[in-house]
Amino acid sequence: MTRPPDLELQGRAGVGPPVAGVALVSQSGFSARYDLDREAGVFSRPAHDLFGQSYLGRILVFPTAKGGIATSWMLAEMASRDMAPLGLVFSSTNPVMVQGAALADLPLMSGLEPDPVSSIRTGDRVELDPAAGRVRVWRAECT
Amino acid sequence: MERIPTAMRLNSQEKAMLAGESGQAARLALQMQIKVGEFFGAEDFVPVRSAHLAADAESLRDFGVKYLRSIAARDGRFKIPTTINAGAADPDRPGVIGQDQIWHERTQGINAALEEMGAHMCLTCVNYQLLDQPHLGEHLAWGDTGTVIWANSICGARSNFEAGPAALCAGITGRTPRYGMHLAANRRATVLVRVSARPRGRGQWSALGGLVGRELNDYWKVPCFSGDFGSPSPDELKFFGAALASFGSTPMFHWVGLTPEAPSLEAAFGGASPQRTLDVDDAAVAGFMREFTPDQDSADVVAFSAPQLSPTEIGDLAGRFDGRRVSDRVLCLATTSPMARLEAERLGHAAVLAGAGVELIAGTCFYVMAPHELVKSRGFRTIVTDSAKLANIISGYGYQPALRGTSDCVDAAITGKIP
Repeated sequence: MTRPPDLELQGRAGVGPPVAGVALVSQSGFSARYDLDREAGVFSRPAHDLFGQSYLGRILVFPTAKGGIATSWMLAEMASRDMAPLGLVFSSTNPVMVQGAALADLPLMSGLEPDPVSSIRTGDRVELDPAAGRVRVWRAECT
Repeated sequence: MERIPTAMRLNSQEKAMLAGESGQAARLALQMQIKVGEFFGAEDFVPVRSAHLAADAESLRDFGVKYLRSIAARDGRFKIPTTINAGAADPDRPGVIGQDQIWHERTQGINAALEEMGAHMCLTCVNYQLLDQPHLGEHLAWGDTGTVIWANSICGARSNFEAGPAALCAGITGRTPRYGMHLAANRRATVLVRVSARPRGRGQWSALGGLVGRELNDYWKVPCFSGDFGSPSPDELKFFGAALASFGSTPMFHWVGLTPEAPSLEAAFGGASPQRTLDVDDAAVAGFMREFTPDQDSADVVAFSAPQLSPTEIGDLAGRFDGRRVSDRVLCLATTSPMARLEAERLGHAAVLAGAGVELIAGTCFYVMAPHELVKSRGFRTIVTDSAKLANIISGYGYQPALRGTSDCVDAAITGKIP
């Protein structure tokens, strides 16, 4: 993208390769076991704020990782069927997500300033550069 | 801003492993562990005495079966004692409760690969009740959050949530990156929970854990409970911890006078002040349980599960169902370990439960049995349980959960009505 980004987030190095895509931002936490229908590729937990929405081809942004350990295997399993999200961004994450992203080679970032949940909006175009600890954001309404 | 971590310090053994001198599987495992360690800023590795590995077919599916076979074929062997968590199917009862045969086949594939690698195939999420009692200060690489919160809190041992892929690596390399719960600073309490509630039984104890976990919802917040704990049974504490870990993604708690790293509030908080204080009374526990109430009062499934029941709990359940009969409209099940089922058979408890129409299922847990498929194949909508952890997880699989006390769950199984 040639236009300079509208926003840049910086923080610690993440895991996985660089990726670009459209953001889907949640105010709820995330667990693949608790929240997803992994066959249909949608959020299946009625109490989740993304209930009913597809996560395919999206970079998901959450405040926190939630629940147990199953998400770790599930990220790689979903990736093996091309049914994983493009990438994951957290305000604060946990070991389960990082271990799973490392196995799946899925881009994951956390510990960024400014806070991704309050600064990135659904529909924004985002580029994750995990090795550099940098997220670049282009607003949806300007593109 | 958090610092950009530097590369980890490796000793000569780890350098040799990375060079492939311990085989390809060990090299791959250490490489993955380094990625995780670098993310969390670990300075080095710490040796671990045992690993506990979750590898259920519901998570792994065909990908995982192939992956584990490939690790076994590359001479992946466990270097330390490695116990295996509950799987997706009862190996001795294929097709039980109408489960599709594919889950049995995948489970067999996974179990064969893990056995070849030298795992202890106990198929239990309560290894700490049956096989492995850690001691204060020792380092572990356990997965299944219920096992981790028990090891950290009740035993004072040190483990992060080591999800399946990470516990697999740790079992092969015999070590794990030193971050998170391995470091004393991260084990100190930050949130004070003053408990005036006096929970009884699995339902209320798991509700207490669940409601506090839901408030915290952060791996890096360690709660310290204070209040008269009334001497809970090991099984009540098991359900309490599992629910706290499930709702909060919480790896550890303190309870003043109960857990080894909390002889006093000051010790638990390391001299610092609580960042936050919560108060929990009986009304809060009861209110939390009532939040889990379906929009219809007919019970489709009644589940005693998550975590697996101990021999003591199976004996108690057999006493409650003795001479009674589960309603024809209800699937009533209890999950346990293969070890505990053998004990239940020896003591006659299994026969009592079978006579009452309760399915005793071993080596698995209801929520890993692909329960979403049963929604379609058997028309299930509601589930009644005394496990807050199960109530939390199961709504994503299409069920409306009712969280009730054990007696109410038994009544629901008999009458088909949710109390």
